[in-house]
Amino acid sequence: MLELRGVSKVYGAGPAEVHAMRGVDLSVRGGELVAVMGPSGSGKSTLLTIAGTLEEPTSGEVLIGDRDVAGMSRNDRARLRRRSIGYVFQDFNLIPGLSAVENVALPLELDGVRVKAARAAALEALARLDLAERAERFPDELSGGESQRVAIARAVVGERHLLLADEPTGALDSVNGEAVMRLLRSACRDGVAGVVVTHDAQLASWADRVVFLRDGRVVDQTATRPGPESLLAPGAKP
Amino acid sequence: MSVRYALLALLSEGSKYGLQLRQEFEDRTGDAWPLNVGQVYTTLQRLERDGLVESDGSDGPQNVFSITPEGAEELTAWLRTPPDVVPPPRNELVIKVLVGTRVPGVDVPELLQLHRRRMVEAMQDYTHLKGEMSRDDVELGLVVDSELFRIEAIVRWLDAADARLKKLPPPNRGVTGPRRRRIRLGVR
Ligand SMILES: Nc1ncnc2c1ncn2[C@@H]1O[C@H](COP(=O)(O)OP(=O)(O)OP(=O)(O)O)[C@@H](O)[C@H]1O
Ligand SMILES: [Mg+2]
Repeated sequence: MLELRGVSKVYGAGPAEVHAMRGVDLSVRGGELVAVMGPSGSGKSTLLTIAGTLEEPTSGEVLIGDRDVAGMSRNDRARLRRRSIGYVFQDFNLIPGLSAVENVALPLELDGVRVKAARAAALEALARLDLAERAERFPDELSGGESQRVAIARAVVGERHLLLADEPTGALDSVNGEAVMRLLRSACRDGVAGVVVTHDAQLASWADRVVFLRDGRVVDQTATRPGPESLLAPGAKP
Repeated sequence: MSVRYALLALLSEGSKYGLQLRQEFEDRTGDAWPLNVGQVYTTLQRLERDGLVESDGSDGPQNVFSITPEGAEELTAWLRTPPDVVPPPRNELVIKVLVGTRVPGVDVPELLQLHRRRMVEAMQDYTHLKGEMSRDDVELGLVVDSELFRIEAIVRWLDAADARLKKLPPPNRGVTGPRRRRIRLGVR
């Protein structure tokens, strides 16, 4: 579903040059949730903005659903972003003049879904995040954690194929963080490809695979897990 | 150790047979803490000897146990006693990393990453279990959460070690060089 091939990203030039990504290969299947972990400045957000076609790589290829993003027109790319990619930004990015439910419904409406249907879908997404009662509030009337969950509802609403989330639980306590990860995971179980960036190991551990980034390079990743049967076997002490 | 308090807790709900105690103990600790019949009976005998539990004196499996007022008092006191926070005698990982910085040819960031990956894999297993289990299974959830927080602390320590070791000058392996300050670990 998502494939990065030898992706590099250089910001600036000359002495101010920053190599944010250096030859990253990453492939995420539909149905798979991948977590990207790494210290601050290791290139996690850069990876996500490139995967979300919000920025172009300096070199390398980005394929989404087998299509090379570089070969797409601006319009096609914009449509892809609107329709297929759900994006949770590190700083939520809610639109201040719109209520919570309007924020969530916006991508659907932009995509031609009728206002009533978009609103119903948005309310349902908010309800799944326990926010039904906050639907009519504006972003400045929401707590940090509530804003974050609205941003997540906006990302999962509609028919997404790719979900990209940048520290989606930064402002959340562990109960709400867990609810968000359960939601992302269940979206992926339904066939969506998901990438979640975090430096929180507990959240990363919801993923099928964890990729470790360091200085713009993938340095390691977890092996596919055999299953937890052995964990609580007799003799294993809690 | 706390098996005795778990048994006291079960008896605080009412009198019970030994076998019943074992079954209930396992039910509540989510099978995470298996114990055998022998353990239950020896613990009960000690509790009886200490006057914290009394039995009706019947034979074998017919024997019914009850908690005494002293037992109830002891249980309440135990619940409110903070757990031991003194570090374990040796923290294996800390020692490995300290030793690793001194062994020629060891890539310490790589060593840290290896342990980080293993820890995250262990967390994935527990989280998977959490994802599969029923949300009503509060008791198993508590056990799993505690394991997750414990392992997460190790990952965070690895991250902190990574950042700290960046500041370490290249190791001084000669006989010259200043003596490093000795570090006392929390050895009991
Ligand atoms: N627009 C930009 N212009 C110049 N440099 C940038 C830009 N965006 C990111 N960088 C640099 O690229 C590197 C990687 O940044 P990135 O935001 O991807 O890190 P990150 O892993 O997401 O960190 P954090 O955990 O702090 O969010 C950093 O050194 C950063 O300063
Ligand atoms: Mg970032």
